[in-house]
Amino acid sequence: MKLSHLSLRHPYLLSAIIFFVVLVVNFYLQESILEGNTINNNMRVFLPLVLLTAGQAVVILTGGIDISVGSIVSIVSALLATRVGLEGTVNQTLTWFGIVLLVGILAGSINGFFVSYLRLQPIITTYATSFFFGGLALFILPQPGGGIPAKVANVYRTNYPLGLHWAFYVIPLLVLSWVAIRQTRYGRYLFAVGGRAQAAYETAVPVNQIIFSTYVVSGFMAALTGICITLLTGSGNPQIGDPMTLQAITAVVIGGTALSGGVGGIAGPILGALTLGIIKNIVSFANIDYWWQTFVNYMIILIALAAPGFIALFRRNRS
Amino acid sequence: MKKISISPPVAAVLLAVVLFIFSGFLPNSFGTNTQAAVSQAVNIVRLSVFLGIIAAGQTLIIISGGEGIDLSAGAIVTLSAILTWMIVQGKDERVLPALVAVLLVGAVIGLINGAGIIFLKISPLVMTLGMAGVITGVVIITNHSNTPGRLAPIMTRVIARPLFLGIPGAIIIYVFFAALMWLILERTTFGKNLFAIGVNRVTAKLSGVNVTHMVLGTYALAGALAAFGGFMVVGNTGVVFLSLGQPFLFPSIAAVAVGGTLLSGGKGSYFGSMAGALVLILISSVLTTMQMIDAVRQMVLGATLLIILSIYGRQRGFRQ
Repeated sequence: MKLSHLSLRHPYLLSAIIFFVVLVVNFYLQESILEGNTINNNMRVFLPLVLLTAGQAVVILTGGIDISVGSIVSIVSALLATRVGLEGTVNQTLTWFGIVLLVGILAGSINGFFVSYLRLQPIITTYATSFFFGGLALFILPQPGGGIPAKVANVYRTNYPLGLHWAFYVIPLLVLSWVAIRQTRYGRYLFAVGGRAQAAYETAVPVNQIIFSTYVVSGFMAALTGICITLLTGSGNPQIGDPMTLQAITAVVIGGTALSGGVGGIAGPILGALTLGIIKNIVSFANIDYWWQTFVNYMIILIALAAPGFIALFRRNRS
Repeated sequence: MKKISISPPVAAVLLAVVLFIFSGFLPNSFGTNTQAAVSQAVNIVRLSVFLGIIAAGQTLIIISGGEGIDLSAGAIVTLSAILTWMIVQGKDERVLPALVAVLLVGAVIGLINGAGIIFLKISPLVMTLGMAGVITGVVIITNHSNTPGRLAPIMTRVIARPLFLGIPGAIIIYVFFAALMWLILERTTFGKNLFAIGVNRVTAKLSGVNVTHMVLGTYALAGALAAFGGFMVVGNTGVVFLSLGQPFLFPSIAAVAVGGTLLSGGKGSYFGSMAGALVLILISSVLTTMQMIDAVRQMVLGATLLIILSIYGRQRGFRQ
């Protein structure tokens, strides 16, 4: 009884425990994990998923889901690689960063329009748009190639301010702005819609607008993720976002946000995203045969997803 | 004002006919040649068989409600195709054991999906997506060294060639399969309970339906049906590769939606999914005739699904 009380009060508790467990395992396999350089290197790889997860968390909080985020990431990568190119100037790159953010907002608005105003089911709608966006990315850039100027990419990859990677500024900023948003009327509306949309509607919450806005946020964050991952790799790939959708949803679930909506926040999912990144580290440092890596990776993800369920199951049996 | 209403399966069939006639007017299509038109029609129905069978399990899961969806269907198809290929080894007498084996494997995978969903309360979307990854991992482990295998001649003869009066064997199997699905959904307690838990699990439980068993059974059956789909696909193509089943996944869900099965569960039919599969195969065939590249085909499929959903997939508004 006490445990269930705790986990309801602090949805992040379990995600924090899982995070520390994988961190310890990673430390055991790779002792340099806590050295400054390794942390910076890890964080620059983890940051894209963290951003994507934060956007997904907002959608899931209101009871929706956005399966199209990965393909929005892909569109951004394809656009940057073809419109800016390896020979582009810094100004050109920055202009296109702005444009792709608008593209992300537009893509999110399309999702939001179908889900909130036409009242289609989020799962199938965003699945359909993921096909549309994914096709668009392949249309813009049929094969991996192109990229952005190394000068710009290096700002993300090596030139950190004060010896700390950008992630150390971006992630606290995200969490802080979430804490601020929670206090506003908009933040309360998010939880109200996720709890019970019909009841929220009856108490004059602008449900449709709120739902619409979450998809716009998610599209924007996906575009930001696309920029980040293009900076990280320096090159374009029209399918780079595909595997990220599941990872982002998994991270949200591990982070203690229920897919049914109304519970959770952003800090837990961010921890979840970091956990997934560390799991990947573990798989690559554990000297696992290359052919086994996909299997092991997904098994760990499934186990992490099942963990809360197992705990609930055992507790129910005891009482 | 009276609203004209056509049931979605009928609408989908009409759409298929219109699309087919339209495809005749395209350059390098059949035009006014009746014989070519008939053989083209038969071919399209034959192609829709594989998608139709894979969509069968999807239909059951979506009808069962609870945000049910099976994203592991594509991976099960690949695994089952590769297993069939490895077990058969070109011997006719091994076909039946292979079929039994893949059906069992599919059912076990489905059962694990169901157990995760009902006991561990993992959302079906995440559970089946994670399972798809695990299965793909298994396929990579078993198949990375290009395990030898070969199809039995009898499979090719029955599935890929004309069997009776010039009708391809696949279509004949499909007819029996569809009759079986209809029986399961409309004439058994299982079918009745399936619709009941799809509408409302709490009321179903209160009226004496064992929801836990129903969910486990539905996912297990769906896994077996997807595995049967893989068996049929490999019988048709004769080759196996890692991404064999993946292209069927999205269309299998789309076919169910196009066929008018409510994605929130509780309402739908397998005939609808069959008609939906036909429509999707036709769209993709029209796009091929028009020589569209893959990227554009993907976009058109996505957009078509959105449009069809906007017509009859809408949920109730808050005001009502």
